[in-house]
Amino acid sequence: MTAAAPSKAAAAPAFDVEAVRGDFPILGRAVRDHHLVYLDNAATAQKPRSVVDAICRYYEEENSNIHRGVHFLSQQATFAYERARGRVSTFINAPESSQVVFLRGTTEAANLVAHSYARPRLDVGDEIVITHMEHHSNIVPWQQLCAVTGAVLRVVPVTEIGELDMTACKQLIGERTRLVAVTHASNVLGTINPVRRICDLAHSRGAVVFVDGAQGVPHLPVNVQELGCDFYAFSGHKLFGPTGIGALYGRSELLDVMDPYERGGSMIQSVTLEESTFAEVPTRFEAGTPNIAGAVGLASAIDYLNGLGMDRIAAYEEQLLAYGHTELQRIEGVQLMGTSANKVSVISFTVEGAHPHDIGTILDMEGVAVRTGHHCAQPLMSRYGVPAMARASLAFYNTRDEIDTLCRGLRKAREVLS
Amino acid sequence: MSELRELYQQVILDHNKSPRNFGSLESANRHKEGYNPLCGDHLHVHLQVAEDTDRLEDIRFEGSGCAISKASASLMTEAVKGKSAAEIEGIFQRFHNLVTGEGGTEADFETIGKLAVFAGVREFPMRVKCATLAWHAMRSALGDDAEGAVTTE
Repeated sequence: MTAAAPSKAAAAPAFDVEAVRGDFPILGRAVRDHHLVYLDNAATAQKPRSVVDAICRYYEEENSNIHRGVHFLSQQATFAYERARGRVSTFINAPESSQVVFLRGTTEAANLVAHSYARPRLDVGDEIVITHMEHHSNIVPWQQLCAVTGAVLRVVPVTEIGELDMTACKQLIGERTRLVAVTHASNVLGTINPVRRICDLAHSRGAVVFVDGAQGVPHLPVNVQELGCDFYAFSGHKLFGPTGIGALYGRSELLDVMDPYERGGSMIQSVTLEESTFAEVPTRFEAGTPNIAGAVGLASAIDYLNGLGMDRIAAYEEQLLAYGHTELQRIEGVQLMGTSANKVSVISFTVEGAHPHDIGTILDMEGVAVRTGHHCAQPLMSRYGVPAMARASLAFYNTRDEIDTLCRGLRKAREVLS
Repeated sequence: MSELRELYQQVILDHNKSPRNFGSLESANRHKEGYNPLCGDHLHVHLQVAEDTDRLEDIRFEGSGCAISKASASLMTEAVKGKSAAEIEGIFQRFHNLVTGEGGTEADFETIGKLAVFAGVREFPMRVKCATLAWHAMRSALGDDAEGAVTTE
């Protein structure tokens, strides 16, 4: 469903961005007496009305606990929750919906894999490979894991234009490598990493690969089988769904032998006062009452995206990104950070003589929302020798006009601050 | 543009570009680091305090940060130099009320001189930590809590 052939994109009608914008109520609001220009989509994306409605409808018509009661509503809620799992599974082309675990988000997924997969399988001197462009959520769990197991953290360097140094990567993934954790697309540089190649390298050494898909799924058709990864995680709120829900895909052979992450209700098979046995995958990893409404909202977001077509979204965003790059580079003093030819629509930059925070505030006065700071990627800031950057991250509902507004704001910032 | 000028007043822009009392201080007997990891604002304050009277005889700062944090540090050094610890605490409280919008009177604000240019910060709560970073570092050093760094995160 998501992996539509490119020819379909060519035949599809032009992307009607104005109609799309009409689906997002928040885009119509004003901020500081200006039209909102929301360019902070990599932090969290806005929600279409259909998602908000689906959550309301769930609470108004179907709310009940799942996998418990025999009563009507419990069955309805269970059906809605499992239907949502099916939607996620199809969206990333997982072979079975049981390979999709609902969690709070990407961070929890990384922690789960670190705790339940990696930790019991690591010996002193084993290696975990990450990259220099990872979000803190894909650094800290592995760092901590190394600290308690005696494993060693190895880091794939990033080149000046913001790509992984694949020569180094090839050398770093070695005999002792047990796990490689890599982001599908960088939340700062936008770079789309060669995940398939990394998976092949890792698998040739007997290591597994955890992919942080938080910035991948909102921009690209994702096919976990084609990527060949062992784990793939993403957050619902960056995918135009609600906060507090996300998903972890895992290969069945791995999930089946993994220990539970949290222990409690729902995830058991039987409990006596002496011992407990645990439920099958994925329920084993979903202790307690899950975020049912969140799953329903996420499924609704996926339905919305499927309606637009991820291939068409990617094509539109590619044009928008190219326009953004061109226009920003025309502004004196602007330095783009991350200029790989293979990027999602995330543009980070610095402005000579102007601190990102001042830029953020001046843009905010124009109604333009960008992210400023270290973007939860402090090692990457150090790599480029800057304390912070500004970032405009674009979604398919953004327009060229909005990029023009951003550029006007940046010129004003330069004028004021220099 | 008026709201913008309200926050980025000429005095602030001037102190950002040409910070006063900027650099190291050889005679300093107290030092403190102020760091906002989220913003990347990072500065050091150096104080020369008369141990018998608790009077701040000299103060300098160095580091990097946004215009608000840098200008605030610069204007702070001018406002507190030569003052006693008690006087400095009074100035800080009035300044803090001014930027947070949580108390204080117009009459109070009239007594803090040039620092009044930071009134615009209260419209931008996320920037309060920028405006107060140097102050927290200075107060911590003055309180003789010389170990580690302060943060306004």
